[in-house]
Order: sequence, then C-alpha cells, then structure tokens
Amino acid sequence: MTGTAQLYDCRDAYMSALEEMAAADRRVCAVANDSLSSAKLKNFKTRFPDRFVNVGIAEQNMVGVGAGLANGGMVPYVCGAACFLTARAMEQVKVDLAYTRANVKLCAMSPGMAYGQLGPTHHSIEDLAWMRVLPNLAVIVPADPIETAAVMRYSLVHEGPMFLRIARTPVPRVHDDGYAFRLGKAVKLREGGDVTLIANGLMVSRALDAARLLEARGVAARVLNMSTVKPLDREAIVDAARTTRGIVTAEEALAAGGLGGAVAEVLATTHPAPLRILGVPDAFAPTGAAEFLLEHFGLTAEGMVRAALDLLGNGN
Amino acid sequence: MGRMDHMDESLPEMPAPGPERAEWLRQRANWIRLSAMTMNHRAGLGHTGGDLSSADILATLYLGGVLRVDPARPRWPERDRFILSKGHGAAAFYATLAARGFFPMEQLRTYMEPLSMLNGHPDRNKLPGVEANTGPLGHGLPVAVGAALAARMRREAWRVFVMTGDGELQEGSNWEAAMTAQQYGLDNLTVIVDRNRIQQGDFTENTIRMEPLAARFEAFGFAVVEMDGHDGGALLERFMHLPLEAGKPSCVIARTVKGKGVSFAENQPAWHHGVPSAEQLAAAAAELGAEVSW
Repeated sequence: MTGTAQLYDCRDAYMSALEEMAAADRRVCAVANDSLSSAKLKNFKTRFPDRFVNVGIAEQNMVGVGAGLANGGMVPYVCGAACFLTARAMEQVKVDLAYTRANVKLCAMSPGMAYGQLGPTHHSIEDLAWMRVLPNLAVIVPADPIETAAVMRYSLVHEGPMFLRIARTPVPRVHDDGYAFRLGKAVKLREGGDVTLIANGLMVSRALDAARLLEARGVAARVLNMSTVKPLDREAIVDAARTTRGIVTAEEALAAGGLGGAVAEVLATTHPAPLRILGVPDAFAPTGAAEFLLEHFGLTAEGMVRAALDLLGNGN
Repeated sequence: MGRMDHMDESLPEMPAPGPERAEWLRQRANWIRLSAMTMNHRAGLGHTGGDLSSADILATLYLGGVLRVDPARPRWPERDRFILSKGHGAAAFYATLAARGFFPMEQLRTYMEPLSMLNGHPDRNKLPGVEANTGPLGHGLPVAVGAALAARMRREAWRVFVMTGDGELQEGSNWEAAMTAQQYGLDNLTVIVDRNRIQQGDFTENTIRMEPLAARFEAFGFAVVEMDGHDGGALLERFMHLPLEAGKPSCVIARTVKGKGVSFAENQPAWHHGVPSAEQLAAAAAELGAEVSW
C-alpha cells in the first residue's frame, strides 16, 4: 500500500479503461468539447469514430447531448475540463442529468488546480460543493490510476448519472492492482487510533505521507480514502469520530462545501468531534503552478501533520 | 363534440386527407385546449396562452399518427421521441398524452396537486410518455440532438421531434445544439417552433427580435418550412414527409396565435400565464365547441 516514487497522470488510466469498455460494449460513446488532447480522446475517436461526438466549444449543449444519448440507450461519457463542464453547464447537470436520472457519466478532466498558472478561471475547486448537493448524482474523486480505472469500470454497471474527477496532476499509486471500488465505501488505507485523516484525490497519498510523519512523532493516524463524496460513507465517519480523537479532512477543492463540509454535516448531526478542514480558503488562488498552489494552501503532508497535532492539542 | 375519454381508440377513425381530416384534428385540438384550460383553472396556475397555441401541433403528432409510440410500452427502445422543450406548455401536453392513452384520463384531475404525477413541468420519472424533464428553457433541443445521435449510433430508424417556444430561442444553448445538428447532418431530427410571437413579458419582436427566424435556421444548416401552425391537415401532410431535405435537420416554423381559439386570450401577453375563471372557462368551452368530461 505504500506509494512509490513513480507518478501517474490518471487520465491515462481513464482513457485505457474507456477504450476497453467501448470495445466490449457498443453502448459506450464519448462526447467531447473540442479539446481532444486534454480529454485524451484522440485514440478513442480513431478507434470508435461512429461513437464519438465533438460538439465544439459548447458545454451546455454537451451535457444536454449526453442526456439525449442516454435517452436513446447509449452510455455516454461526457468529457471536458472540470471547470467548464460544471460551471458552464450547471443547470444542464441539475436538470438533464440529476433530476432526469440520466445514465450519463461526466468525466471532469484536470480538476482542482491542475491548470495552475492558467489561473482561477481554469481551476475547478468549486465543483465538489456544486455537484454534491444534487440529488441522484454520484460524485467520485479517485486517488490514483488504479482507482481511476476501477471507477471507470464501475461506472458502466451503475445506472444513473455520475460525476468523476479525472486527475491530471501526477500522483503516486496508493492502491494495489487487485483494488475493487465500492461506491459509497471509504477505503481504510492505514489503521490508527489517535486521529483520522480523511482525504480524496491527490490528497490521499499526502495523507499517507502525513501518517508516516505522525507515526515518527508517536501519533497513530488512521487514513481513509473517501473517494466517494456522494453517497457518503457516514458509517466510516461516525466510526472515526467514536474511535479516534478527531478528524482532519483534506481535498483539492474549496474548504467550504466539499468533502470537509460533508464530513462536518455528518459529525454535527451524529457524533460531534474535533475537526479540521483542509482545502482552499475563501479566496481565488494566486498565480502559480499546481504544486506551488498546493504548498501555498498547505495541502501537503506537512500541512496535514500540523492540523492533526493542533487538533490533538500537541502544538506544532 | 362529445366525450373523448378513449380518444386513442378512435385513432383508426381519422378521415382520409382533406377537409374532413382537418376538422377531425381541429376538434381534437380544441378538446386539448379545453382540457388544458380546465386543468389550469382547477390548479389556479398554468400557462394558458402557450397551451392554446401548441394544441394543433400536439394533436397532429400524437393523435394524427405521426409519432410511432406505444402507450402500452412507453419506453419501447425504438419509439419516436417527442420532447416538449417549452415545458411550461405542460397542461396541453398532458391532455394529449392522456388522449393518446399513456395514462388514464382521470389523472388530469390531479394536475399540480400534492404528490401528483402531473408536475407543473413534465417529469419523465413520474409520467409515462414524457421523454425529457423540461421547464428551464433551451434544454430540449440539445437533448433532442443527443437522442438523434443515439439513433444514428444504433443504426435505428426512430426519429426525434422537439417543440420549442419562440422566445425560448433567445437561449444560446439552442444555437449550440443547432450547430451540432448541422455538423452531424441529423435528418432524423425535426424542430417545431411554436411561433406565437409572444413571450412572458411582451411580444418577441418588442423584446429581442426573432426575425428573420427561418433565415437563421437556414443559416444554421436546417431545411426550413414556415406554415400555419393551426392547420392540422397541412401539418400532418408535412410531418408525414420528413425530413424536409435528406442530410439536413428539419425545422418547421409553425405560425401560431398565442391563446388560439379563445377570443379573450388571443394575442394577449398577459395570457402567457393567465388562468381562466369559471366564467371564462365556460365561455372558452362555447367558443371551442368542446366538452370535457374527465
């Protein structure tokens, strides 16, 4: 379960899985908005030209077209940069997908602050807050290429709309090859009785690093990969609140409304426990590359260690 | 005319092309009109003007035998799809679906009541025969384009019809979808514009001009025809001979009158969401020559 030095672009795992599924199932099709290389769909287009639609730069239409394809019995993967796919097409996601319960899979490419220097227009840190309030919509943030592929395969058997965050910022592997994704189930990557670190996406490997740093300081940290933001694994959260002394959440998203917000809602209404929420504060990011911005906002192993120690009253 | 509680069973009775057929369709459209007004009256809510303008189109599509649908199998995979993009025209649509036999006529009495299947705007998860959840404008055409693409991917012969309002075409998403329809040459797609010239606040041309609407659709790659949207016989002839041009999506601009058939409601922007009183309902029934017994 330990990460290695090798880093992976999760889009490669998504692309391979999508092509495999398309080869095996004629219902699988893809919808793109111009950016074939960003969405890694060039090869899909070559292999499955009849099941590839490029709507151009038109995200509202893109999501509606996805709903129509689903109505017609296809299983569309609607793939575009997360920032535009959500914000530009929010009402289509709400009405055409979530309310309709359309069997459409949104592949939100390059989420979080992957587009670093391009600035807040191209960051997608609001998406978890926006998406997770919509009924019927599953919201998933895979942690590594293994989980990305597993989630993609799962999405084809799941009836209903899904929002899948497909990471561009390179991450190490945190799961074994035999990993089986289960919707709505947190994965306990490390046991610990002092504090629980709950993370998703690229913050999972950082949480594991934080747990090792904490261990060196005599603190036993549990690490949960909460890749499913919705439906949320309430049981794992309540269990963490009962059996450890507090929870630190970490996500590459706004600290308001996302994973941390979801965990806070569960704690406040079931088993109140000390909580620290790590994410992007109520601000638009300054200019800088993804890694710089993650450091800037303390979305690092060290940042999680500080939060955990603060929560436990050990100071830092 | 008398009761029409089993209008679906009367489908085979449609007269041969000619004045008799036009009259047969007109009577059914007027029954849809009066049903919609009755529903809006009972609910105290609704969009009467647009219900009345769209009735002949709905009657032609569903009762004139244009749409290949099967009320006994509302999700039959190879059915034709009809999407009411102007979802606020729900009352007329529901009356039409009931007349076609998708659900019992008595259900119309529950329109907008608590927990009813008949929401103020259509919900496909509640009501058989509804293809898309609409209400916010500019959603139907993109969904229709997607469905038309699905038919092509599956190499199936079913067709997609979508009815939009005219003011609705101010939403940019329609033109995004139109570009896709052109690019993919979707001649299994027909857009019907209920061109009643009035949107909620005012006449379209006083708000944001829609003309030259036909030229706009032509410029977006559609084969276009403008015609009387209240002549059921002519509409039926047109709908039976689609696409208008092979390789192109079709656009039928149906020139209609908002509030059609009810003198005090015709061409009055206030009747966009006007609701008839009991007296107005009775006057409408007399003008329409229709009777509702559900």
